[in-house]
Amino acid sequence: MSQKIATRDAYGEILVELGKKNPRIVALDADLSKSTKTANFKKAFPQRFFNMGVAEADMMGTAAGLAAAGLIPFASTFAVFATGRVYDQLRNSIAYPNLNVKIVATHAGITVGEDGGSHQSIEDIAIMRVMPNMTVIVPADGPETKKAVEAAVEMDGPVYIRLGRSGVPVIFSEEEPFTPGRGKILREGSDISIIAVGIMVSKALEAAQTLSQKGIEARVINMSSIKPLDQDMIVQAARETGGIVTAEEHSIIGGLGGAVSEVTAERYPVPVKRVGVQDTFGESGSPELLLEKYGLTPENIVKAVEEILQKR
Amino acid sequence: MMNAGQVDFNYLEGKAGILRKHIIKMIGEAGSGHPGGSLSAADILTVLYFQVMNVDPRSPKDPDRDRFVLSKGHGAPALYAALAEKGYFPVEELWNLRKINSPLQGHPDMRKVPGVEMSTGSLGQGLSAANGMALAARVMGKNYRVYVVLGDGETQEGQIWEAAMTSAHYGLDNVTAFLDFNQLQIDGPCAEVKSPLPFFEKWQAFGWEVMEIDGHNVKEIWEACQKAMTIKGKPVMVICRTIKGRGVSFMENEVDWHGKAPDREQLEKAMAELERGVHRHESKNSHP
Repeated sequence: MSQKIATRDAYGEILVELGKKNPRIVALDADLSKSTKTANFKKAFPQRFFNMGVAEADMMGTAAGLAAAGLIPFASTFAVFATGRVYDQLRNSIAYPNLNVKIVATHAGITVGEDGGSHQSIEDIAIMRVMPNMTVIVPADGPETKKAVEAAVEMDGPVYIRLGRSGVPVIFSEEEPFTPGRGKILREGSDISIIAVGIMVSKALEAAQTLSQKGIEARVINMSSIKPLDQDMIVQAARETGGIVTAEEHSIIGGLGGAVSEVTAERYPVPVKRVGVQDTFGESGSPELLLEKYGLTPENIVKAVEEILQKR
Repeated sequence: MMNAGQVDFNYLEGKAGILRKHIIKMIGEAGSGHPGGSLSAADILTVLYFQVMNVDPRSPKDPDRDRFVLSKGHGAPALYAALAEKGYFPVEELWNLRKINSPLQGHPDMRKVPGVEMSTGSLGQGLSAANGMALAARVMGKNYRVYVVLGDGETQEGQIWEAAMTSAHYGLDNVTAFLDFNQLQIDGPCAEVKSPLPFFEKWQAFGWEVMEIDGHNVKEIWEACQKAMTIKGKPVMVICRTIKGRGVSFMENEVDWHGKAPDREQLEKAMAELERGVHRHESKNSHP
């Protein structure tokens, strides 16, 4: 796990690769193409790239029109602008008519860092998850990002893919398949389950190592497909390990933790602890220090596991 | 390109009359809906569907077809009436407007109604979608045109102006927009609620070719469409002076008829008037 790749870089690469194979793929950006890496696509296919300027609402509406005419538009900007800012355009122009628009948002979560709380999206998973017809994917690393983008092209309908700014450890090989609606067990264990997404997956694996040294064997699950959700894998984890800790770089309200809690509450109630940003906005700072301050470290996961086990 | 002698304007006027009767009857049957803005846009839709647009109800998904987007989605009855008359679905279906299990939603749903090209209803979004369709034509090397009808109150939405920039920036001369300038919105005259005026200068400043016509004169609407096809390198805005509620005397220029259904007595009176082709007002608005 020494190599680090930013998921946005992986996106920039795979979009060009897919663009070569599929002439129906087009890309849009809202004046952030160098940051979201759609600039790569612009360079390769200038006639199939549309800069919409600082006008996210218009970008989503234009993407809807492109999709209605049979193309596969990828619309990218920072997560905070790609979701909350354009909620109604996503809802009424894209999700309601079930149009084939792929929204790939970068700079999600607090690891945006120095730009501060105004730019740190900690509610986008909740916003996107509640929308009918919308698929929501939070890849854990660069290779999974590429597979998720490939899968998004194969799907007919709107897809939201949540990416980050900073480099994250590589977990998967380039060949590892990705299937929407399927979680992935990365480490077996029967004492507790840790279900994580995005940058928190590698931290969950670290936490599991620490726990193992203490004689606690944790199952670690990558739940990158938040919607559709692998409910059966969650129920199985609840049944076989008796407790679940969720970990996400997102508010503990409405995201992965919310989704897992909904499933366990209805189908197999067990204690659940949610590691994530508490009900608060972020702030400026380096990503590493922010992760510590906002409780998103392997130690926070270990602590949450121990709290569940102490109550047994 | 056709010349005016080849166009049967009497036929178009008659067709617009039929659309108006459908509009009133379907809203009456539904018990709710938006008659005012449906009646004001009826002539524009008639000319587009029965003279101008290259569409065929037998192949509603033909990739080369012209597209129409009703950005002011609450004018859905006018669109449904045009689609039914054109043959996309039986006229009888119109009487199920807004009823449960009907494809005819209160606002247009492209997944439920053949011929509806874009789901609209939340105002301000249709021009962006039209631009997307127009850009797609460029990417795919197709020659279809995209037509869009905007409400005047609707232009208070900021996204309209974002989209106006996009159409001009990308030189989308395959986009022709019609502004249904009936001067009224739910809360009163647009100029009083929050003035979107002046329209002519605004659209011109945004890089559009702008025309101004009587939006109830089928010949002027047709001529504007013909002229739009000759404009190269920029989108065309046709500002249509219209009367909200056009064709039903007690609805004309009455803001209360924006979103209200006629009762049984009003319905009969309205249908009788439409039968006789009565107009209380002429569409001579002040400068747009």
